[in-house]
Amino acid sequence: MTKLLRHHLFWPVAALVVLLVANTVARPSFLAITVRDGHLFGAPIDILRTTAPLLLVALGMTLVIATRGIDLSVGAVVAVSGAVALSHLASSPNPDSPVTVLTAVGLALALCLVLGVWNGFLVSVLGIQPIIATLILMTAGRGVAMLITGGMITTVNSGPFKTLGSGFWLGLPVAAVIAFGVFAVVAFVVRRTALGMLLEATGINPAASRLSGVRSKTLTWTVYTASGLFAGLAGLLISADTMAADANNAGLFIELDAILAVVIGGTALSGGKFNLSGTLVGALVIATLERTVTVLGISPLVTPLFMALVVIVVTLLQSPRMRERLASATRRPTPPSEPQPAARPDSTEVKAR
Amino acid sequence: MARTTLTRTILAAVSVASLFTLGACASDAGGEPAGGGETDAATTDDGVITLGFSQVGAESGWRAANTKSIQDTLTAENGFDLKFSDAQQKQENQIQAIRSYITQGVDVIAFSPVVETGWDPVLQEAKAAGIPVILTDRAVDSSDETLYESFIGSDFVKEGEMAGEWVVEQYDGEGYKAVELQGTTGAAPAIDRKEGFESAVAGSDLEIIDSQTGNFTRAEGKTVMEGFLNKHDDIDLVFAHNDDMGLGAIEAIEAAGMTPGEDIKIVTIDAVKDGMQALADGKINYIVECNPLLGPDLAEIAQKVVAGEEVEKRIVVEDLAFDQESAKEALPTREY
Repeated sequence: MTKLLRHHLFWPVAALVVLLVANTVARPSFLAITVRDGHLFGAPIDILRTTAPLLLVALGMTLVIATRGIDLSVGAVVAVSGAVALSHLASSPNPDSPVTVLTAVGLALALCLVLGVWNGFLVSVLGIQPIIATLILMTAGRGVAMLITGGMITTVNSGPFKTLGSGFWLGLPVAAVIAFGVFAVVAFVVRRTALGMLLEATGINPAASRLSGVRSKTLTWTVYTASGLFAGLAGLLISADTMAADANNAGLFIELDAILAVVIGGTALSGGKFNLSGTLVGALVIATLERTVTVLGISPLVTPLFMALVVIVVTLLQSPRMRERLASATRRPTPPSEPQPAARPDSTEVKAR
Repeated sequence: MARTTLTRTILAAVSVASLFTLGACASDAGGEPAGGGETDAATTDDGVITLGFSQVGAESGWRAANTKSIQDTLTAENGFDLKFSDAQQKQENQIQAIRSYITQGVDVIAFSPVVETGWDPVLQEAKAAGIPVILTDRAVDSSDETLYESFIGSDFVKEGEMAGEWVVEQYDGEGYKAVELQGTTGAAPAIDRKEGFESAVAGSDLEIIDSQTGNFTRAEGKTVMEGFLNKHDDIDLVFAHNDDMGLGAIEAIEAAGMTPGEDIKIVTIDAVKDGMQALADGKINYIVECNPLLGPDLAEIAQKVVAGEEVEKRIVVEDLAFDQESAKEALPTREY
């Protein structure tokens, strides 16, 4: 069983290693971590920090995809979250007080929770197709964020809030501590209880699982709510990173990056079986890829092409058919069959920008 | 089955409607809503000039000041009916907005082209419809100059040169290594500022060791600068094509345990409020201004064009430049 799991993560981890090696070749001290001003400093630490928001969004996305759904609204929710938090801070007389910051964070998360509940309601109660249901908020959400910020980029100075994005705790970036902490808690809850299995049952066959006593509707509703909440948290980390709420650009295309992270991690978009550790690796691959562009000095003109090529290679290696061929070339028996295996990597790699 | 579909359609419609209500509630919390209300097409008969403006987006503090200047000048009191749209930095959105202005039959179309090329077809359509076009802030790259009446904006090449000249004057002979944070790939200010800066530093011993796009945003300026700091040990100077990317770079430099403005010198263009504040605080060393208050010029040119008067093809907005001392003096009286 562990061998199988290792096999599952083999290609994404290999991709990550190749990227790290490429960076190290271009810049021998790439992996060096030093201590500066009492905290750790170096490219790996930067990567952990920039992974944080994507990891949170991808975590919610994995759970949603496990139930055979998709959440396209996360990017807009990221924008709304930052807009609410920074607008509150900007309008308060004392943005440096911890109470104000906590209120801002609370308000933003509460609104994002409501947005998640909204998505869940549309999908689970009204039975609207997930892609359509979340598309509503994907397009309208940025409008909501624009309304909140008045079409301007809201900037504010607030020490405690800034800590969320660029502060350090025990030498590690606060953003990474939060994201990896949330990830660990969710992974624990999902995998150490029956919840994960119930989610997979819902994704594989909602009707059958309902007939066998699984409360599919409630579960579906819950995962969309969680996805909204995690996206809201990601929005706080993103806006705290630059201390600016940019309704147009904050979290732009993060939904596609998150879906990509999920797919790189080996979770099928057709629902059912999901792989949280794969999502973690997938998010790290994407963050490392972005850093690689700068370290290798790739011209801005060919950056999208370079990223697309890497993604195509990784998804090809992840495709069950490709793996089957590779496996048959060696001694391995055929890998376990998954629902609609051939359809997934091809359909997602088109979406990858 | 058909009934279920109908019910769902209605429910979906209701959901969308209620979402907008939600948005409206939320807007009470912070600031006025963005401009963008579309009304019926107006005619010239009432003496009111209907002007359709397609803004690039809200990508930077400069753009926000530019938008405010236009919205505050082209008001009903000043005889304008402004139709404003935000293209969210996408050319296709701008083309769509311009087409809709043509269909509505506005008196004048004005826009800041998000990139330089690809405008000929839609500008031909405007010309065929007899609607004059005014460019603001950014130019288009077209062989046919009759496609627009006038271009109001700063001389970006000169801005880059001013930044470069100051750098040469201050640091020539010290063998500085510089990195450049470029604007949006293909945008006129990014191309021209790069060209101006490079020509001004040519011949000095300053060396540009790396150059990447930060897309004019703070977030990308920060990530790209982090990458530069990982990649190079010997960066002496950052030249950012706008203040926001420079502000992002400051964050990255501080996180790397260095002092922006001292360990690494920073030169930017724009002079928006946050940038000027950072300049006064000693975190930026020099800012070349790019005046965003184009509203009054645009109003004047639009009135002349509608009245059939000749206007100049190129109206250059005068730009100033600030060092740390002059920023401290100028800061209290700045409009933006």
